[in-house]
Amino acid sequence: MSGRSLIFFSVIPFLAILCSSFSPEHPTDRRVLVLIQDTAIKSSHSIFFKSLRDRGFELDVKLADDPDIALQRYGQYVYDALILFCPTIERFGGSIDSSAILDFVDSGHDLIITADMGASDLIREIAIECGVDFDEDPSALVIDHTSFAISDTEGDHTLIASDAFVQSDVILGSTKIEAPVLFQGIGHSLNPSNSLVLKVLSASPSAYSGNPKAKLSNPPSLSGSAISLVSVVQARNNARILISGSLSIFNDRFLRSGVQNAGSSTKYEKSGNEQFLTELSKWIFHERGHLKAVNVRHHKEGEAGEPSMYRINDDLEYSVEIFEWSGTSWEPYVANDVQVQFYMMSPYVLKTLSTDQKGLYYTAFKVPDVYGVFQFKVEYQRLGYTSLSLSKQIPVRPFRHNEYERFITAAFPYYGSSFSMIAGFFIFTVVYLYNK
Amino acid sequence: MAASEGATESNLRHAFGNVLSFFILLLIGVLAFSIRLFSVIKYESVIHEFDPYFNYRVTQFLTKNGIYDFWNWFDDRTWYPLGRVIGGTVYPGLTLTAGTLWWILNSLNIPLSVETVCVFTAPTFSAIAAWATYLLTKEVKGTGAGLTAAALLAMVPSYISRSVAGSYDNEAVAIFALIFTFYLYIKTLNTGSLLYATLNAIAYFYMVCSWGGYTFIINLIPMHVLLCIVTGRYSSRLYIAYAPLVVLGTLLASLVPVVGFNAVMTSEHFASFLVFIVIHVVALAYYIKGILSPKMFKVAVTLVLAVGLVVCSAVIAVLIAMVASSPTKGWSGRSLSLLDPTYASKYIPIIASVSEHQPPTWPSYFMDINVLAFLVPAGIIACFLPLSDASSFMVLYIVTSVYFSGVMVRLMLVLAPAACIMSGIALSEAFDVFTRSIKCQLPGVSQNSQIDVGDSTSGSVVTQDEVVKTDKTEDSLKERPSKKNKKKERERERENVEKASIKTPIQKRLLVLPLESSVIALLLLVLLGAFYVVHCVWAAAEAYSAPSIVLTSRSHDGLHVFDDFREAYAWLSHNTEVDDKVASWWDYGYQTTAMANRTVIVDNNTWNNTHIATVGTAMSSPEKAAWEIFQSLDVKYVLVVFGGVVGYPSDDINKFLWMVRIGGGVFPHIKEPDYLRDGQYRIDSQATPTMLNCLMYKLSYYRFVETDGKGFDRVRGTEIGKKHFKLTHFEE
Repeated sequence: MSGRSLIFFSVIPFLAILCSSFSPEHPTDRRVLVLIQDTAIKSSHSIFFKSLRDRGFELDVKLADDPDIALQRYGQYVYDALILFCPTIERFGGSIDSSAILDFVDSGHDLIITADMGASDLIREIAIECGVDFDEDPSALVIDHTSFAISDTEGDHTLIASDAFVQSDVILGSTKIEAPVLFQGIGHSLNPSNSLVLKVLSASPSAYSGNPKAKLSNPPSLSGSAISLVSVVQARNNARILISGSLSIFNDRFLRSGVQNAGSSTKYEKSGNEQFLTELSKWIFHERGHLKAVNVRHHKEGEAGEPSMYRINDDLEYSVEIFEWSGTSWEPYVANDVQVQFYMMSPYVLKTLSTDQKGLYYTAFKVPDVYGVFQFKVEYQRLGYTSLSLSKQIPVRPFRHNEYERFITAAFPYYGSSFSMIAGFFIFTVVYLYNK
Repeated sequence: MAASEGATESNLRHAFGNVLSFFILLLIGVLAFSIRLFSVIKYESVIHEFDPYFNYRVTQFLTKNGIYDFWNWFDDRTWYPLGRVIGGTVYPGLTLTAGTLWWILNSLNIPLSVETVCVFTAPTFSAIAAWATYLLTKEVKGTGAGLTAAALLAMVPSYISRSVAGSYDNEAVAIFALIFTFYLYIKTLNTGSLLYATLNAIAYFYMVCSWGGYTFIINLIPMHVLLCIVTGRYSSRLYIAYAPLVVLGTLLASLVPVVGFNAVMTSEHFASFLVFIVIHVVALAYYIKGILSPKMFKVAVTLVLAVGLVVCSAVIAVLIAMVASSPTKGWSGRSLSLLDPTYASKYIPIIASVSEHQPPTWPSYFMDINVLAFLVPAGIIACFLPLSDASSFMVLYIVTSVYFSGVMVRLMLVLAPAACIMSGIALSEAFDVFTRSIKCQLPGVSQNSQIDVGDSTSGSVVTQDEVVKTDKTEDSLKERPSKKNKKKERERERENVEKASIKTPIQKRLLVLPLESSVIALLLLVLLGAFYVVHCVWAAAEAYSAPSIVLTSRSHDGLHVFDDFREAYAWLSHNTEVDDKVASWWDYGYQTTAMANRTVIVDNNTWNNTHIATVGTAMSSPEKAAWEIFQSLDVKYVLVVFGGVVGYPSDDINKFLWMVRIGGGVFPHIKEPDYLRDGQYRIDSQATPTMLNCLMYKLSYYRFVETDGKGFDRVRGTEIGKKHFKLTHFEE
């Protein structure tokens, strides 16, 4: 464990020379490996690829069964993100397999998974590990008889238009996506025990998952808005994963075509797919919603230096600076709900930090009358933002022997009695010895 | 003319005896020191066991940072996240002693490391303790008994077990302090000197600094004072011996941070105050009796009794109410388990879990004090002939310490000095009687010895003085075999005869025994002493010198040494971050902080039962629950000690039931029966599922089956119940 991180740190300078890659100072991904099933996808999904290239990503598009592909070279990851446009692949070429991909995510890299009708077990397995379960029926698609997209070829209502987006400006950008998103593919449900996975685009309440060519004999396993069409995961290490039940959602045809929901009369010239995918990919590739906290400082009131230990009942000041990555630079993060805990097994002090709107958060409080090893803890978890979890250990000691008040008023009777005792004893001795 | 000649002769002999006893004492010191060096010779110069590592660490801190920082030391590396105020919770006597020794040596440009000083503190102090024993016994029964007792104490196994080189624990200096305090008390009692009384209070202060066992002193001395008063032996000497001790001693004791207000608040000290009042009342009564006529005195007595009874009953009622209002009746758990031996096992598993708090078995008496156990009754009888204040104190001391040692095996240590003193008295008296009988019946009369005889026959007071002298010589003879052991026996016997032949026979004496039986009895006594010496050397060399951090095992192809403990701690210190927290059972807490320098959750200073119970609960929970507990404590590493491969029996699996008990005492969802199959603790295939799924089992036996293919545990002597499993929340 520690050995690995040692290697990691020692290699960082080399990486910086080789290319500008993912780093804490520069969180946006740079090098993306795209695995496609057949070369046609290069052209059929060119708009999406182009938008990524325009934003500065180096796309490395490879066939999924290319025997030369590898995520690592000499123990180092050569990519910052991975896009799987290969829904039915049974096994990858080269050294990549599902555990390699999960390790890739575990080490903090981002991932886009797309499934589609007939999704392979491999893709399903990776998705399950990420906390989503695709419909097990291999021929099932999401069908919606009320909010399907009206198209020229009247089909089986598997091309649906959904605008049930997650309400988060961080994930989907601040401009509202007006047009619904065209979707044709399989649905998935979220594993209820996984608290990290999140629906970004869900189906309408009338949708269900079934085989459009067969008659529905049993109640569908997935139905209604429990069906997620596109989900995201932000792992504890802030790796971000996009899971989509459809590859065609990225398709040029879907991006270009107009859309009209069967349930509404508004017809949009252009579907919401392009805006949706652009914004979502910005989030996935850490161009947005990435926070960093720096300059954690604490000191006694009126002093500048950071002590190695506090005393009980000291007054202290605590400050931290929080910035958000805008894709090109670090901007001050502004919020009014950042809290600091002074924590020993449970928070003894919990205070909301004040901010100067320039990224600096600060507060002042009194150390509780309890000694022990405390921590300054900032646990900041907000939807869409990377989680901030700062903890800084600081011991709190009791009073030193000479820090107690020396002469207290309440003790005057005792002082009086002891001194009168001394005097009395002295007088008694003199009288006793010389009274002859 | 003859008388003056005899006086110079006797003076010469006196001086000769003094010089001889000085050299004997010196040799006893060397013996006491060197018999404890087996551990250094057989292993190496290391600190032993668990608590000494903490003391060593504290001493290091003291020598580095000075006494004020030591006093105010808040240690954030133990008891995470509570921390521990070391300065206020530790008995500083040992640390300050070793720190001072180190400082003196360094000031003299003797560059010894702190560790070396710590390792050799205990042997040094056992030599001093032997000298203190000499002083104490001399006050009670004269020089001969003193020398014998000192020689016995120098090598009593019970004391050796706690004071071998490297066993750097409180008891190492506390036994010296205990004996020396008793010596000064007896000295004050015999002389009535206020100087000795003050010194006594200071010695008591040193004892309070050193060990929690000081409560023994502050209860035993009041008991003795009360005994003296009740038996009508009240004197001003008794008052001088007692009253300053209580006043000064209590004041000084409350200066020790760890005692503080306990010196006046807890019930352990209550007896001393009560007796303090009693002795004043008695003193007043004697004074009034002296100035009043007998008739007036009677009136006064009735008057005082009437008023006094009312006042006393009121005071006692208030006291009882105050004491009863506290849940433990004002007694600390360890003291309560002394009074009621079943208390700890019923209510405080953490005290009962320590092996040294268990009642001892009969063999351990034989192991620890050996032949002394048989000599003690003889010593008690000797103390009654004649009964003085000092010898009554010794009787009281032996009786109480026998009781306490019967409750807790660790208090065998308090019994050992008493047993040595008693046996010393017994041996020396026996030698005295036998040699005198031999002397009386051997022919050969000399001038000066006739005077001696005349003296001894005329007055019993002088006899005592004579006894002292003969004892000296006898002891010098007896002493030699204990050091140079065998071979010397014949020579000593010859000398014996020579010395004895100087004396004249006293035909008139009634106490004279037949010559043959005296010689045989002497031989038997010498044999007894020889056995004792052989046993002590064996115990020092084999039984008590293992440092317990280095394990040895004997097998057919020779001696194997396991240094696993230190390797584990070295691994921790090299491979983990400085601020990482290590969870382990509390036994290993001190060693982890001292050797690996990592923060621990609980350690051997078991002051917070809940915290220990939390760790116990984690160890006895399934993996996920345990992980959550450890996560809440920021634990990154869990240390378990497993001896199933090498056959090391005191590993965590064997301690596990105590973890369950202690954990269950605070968190009721941990139930002991869940871990037992039909009341039996087992880890084989018959073990309960709770047992097989708990963290301790999993961590101990993870990949154990890979060692021999079967998973055979050499300590428990069975194959383990669950062999192939994976850890989900922890990794090796």
